[in-house]
Amino acid sequence: MTDLPSMLPALPEIVLALAAMGLLMFGVFAPGDRTRLCTQAAVATMALAAVLVMWDIGTAAEGFFGQFVVNDFTRFAKVMVLAAAALALLMGRRWFETEGIQRFEFPVLMMLSVVGMMLMISANDLIGMYMGLELQSLALYVMATIQRDNVRATEAGLKYFVLGALASGLLLYGASLVYGFSGTTAFGGIHDAIAGGEPPLGVVVGMVFVVSGLAFKVSAAPFHMWTPDVYEGAPTPVTALFAVAPKVAAISLFLRVLMDPFAGLIADWQQVVAIVALLSMIVGAFAAIAQENIKRLMAYSSIGHMGFALVGLAAGTPEGVRGVLVYLAIYLFMNVGTFAIIIAMRQQGRPVEGIKDLAGLGRTRPLVALSMGIFMFSMAGIPPLAGFFAKFYVFMAAVEAGLIWLAVLGVLASVVSAFYYLRIVKVMYFDEPLEGLDPMSSPTLRIVMGASAVVVLFFFLVPGWLVGTAEIAAAALVTG
Amino acid sequence: MWEIGLAHYLTVSAILFAIGVFGIFANKKNVVIIMMSIELMLLAVTINMVAFSTALQDLVGQIFTLFILTVAAAEAGIGLAIVVVFFRNRGSIEVEDINSLKG
Repeated sequence: MTDLPSMLPALPEIVLALAAMGLLMFGVFAPGDRTRLCTQAAVATMALAAVLVMWDIGTAAEGFFGQFVVNDFTRFAKVMVLAAAALALLMGRRWFETEGIQRFEFPVLMMLSVVGMMLMISANDLIGMYMGLELQSLALYVMATIQRDNVRATEAGLKYFVLGALASGLLLYGASLVYGFSGTTAFGGIHDAIAGGEPPLGVVVGMVFVVSGLAFKVSAAPFHMWTPDVYEGAPTPVTALFAVAPKVAAISLFLRVLMDPFAGLIADWQQVVAIVALLSMIVGAFAAIAQENIKRLMAYSSIGHMGFALVGLAAGTPEGVRGVLVYLAIYLFMNVGTFAIIIAMRQQGRPVEGIKDLAGLGRTRPLVALSMGIFMFSMAGIPPLAGFFAKFYVFMAAVEAGLIWLAVLGVLASVVSAFYYLRIVKVMYFDEPLEGLDPMSSPTLRIVMGASAVVVLFFFLVPGWLVGTAEIAAAALVTG
Repeated sequence: MWEIGLAHYLTVSAILFAIGVFGIFANKKNVVIIMMSIELMLLAVTINMVAFSTALQDLVGQIFTLFILTVAAAEAGIGLAIVVVFFRNRGSIEVEDINSLKG
């Protein structure tokens, strides 16, 4: 009689998965339209899961015979994922109602993809990693296509599916090589197999495939080509989700994989990650300049931001991991706030997404324009806004790790990217209003926008709480 | 005669994987061929896994294979559903017609 595995560490995931199945049943069998109730229940469950995630802060635990690991690093990442997903759900509700696409499946899919993301973050085995990644991706493909009578949304979903499946295939091929040449799928076992002297060539090749697959998922250049199309075509609330939660989860997985099983191969992956980071920063800075569509611009902006975050990973030190976590947390606030404004962009009730539609916002909607200005200045990295500190910590880590060239080129890319962020500010404040935007009707969007703007603006007063928490999380990843 | 060993299996699976990747990028005709290429990639990995599992005398690789087959089925289901939805809107699944978003 074998013992049952310890499942308690996975309690938040189990609660979310069971709630998702329950809500699916409820949505199918309950009479009438239950979308609103399902959305509220999904948000409540995510809040409950966040409480459960934070229950035993400071401890580390393993479940399922070591295949599932919980420590302060996974808690930090999971809370960010849950917050991003719950906010995307809340912000999108009114948009979907106005567009007449109320589907109770949407919150259910959102919960399932969040379960996948949390599994990715906690996976301590190649099998768990792959299953988590696929659960997340499969739910996201469907969510991109949720507006199923729209040509652009379905095309975005199709492109996302094909390239996402390709990325999963690359990652899986790498996983098979790593398994074959190290003899185990457990992260700890791979770590030990590498630690003894010269690593087998097959493991190095496999690791490169895994890194490519993960670079696809975080949309880092040169694997970024799907991002602009998917961001532009998908419904705006879905884009708001894509821009944050999957990125946070994939970067966390990136950190786990490279800092734990492949830590012994740092000499091999450091150059690869540094070049991927550099290319992403350059693509994000230059390709965004010519964009006319704000969602497309945000896509290139997110490619650039992932490049900056990967600079911290390229450093390969605890300071670098801390920098990445601080970057992700600040990125979450900036992006959620910006997307609150983009979701609210409407003219005479129909959604618009051109940058020129923001013209004259400074006069017609001063508060919205002010918030947008704060987010844009912060994304450009102008002190004393939060975005400056995000970049500061990753570049500091890179300099300390001896990657001075990367930090210098990163700062230059950041200067170039300031051009298009400031262009939005210029359009808002100095261009004549064409038609003007409708007022922001949803109180949720106003609250999210205002709260994010306050956090981004006043972060410099109390940076300690976030940086300190990130430092504890980074220590949990690097030591154990 | 030749002895079929691990290296032969790995070569076959690497060739199949490469055909799958090229099928996605080089194909200009039909989305269904892309779906087939994705399946080919996953099955190449499956061959790899089983070959390694036998060579290492370790069952984990075969268990991984079962998971991959399950996920491949789910992925094909979702992919075909997306293709059907796209066809309803566009009236075509030619790769050249997937062009309403520039890029």
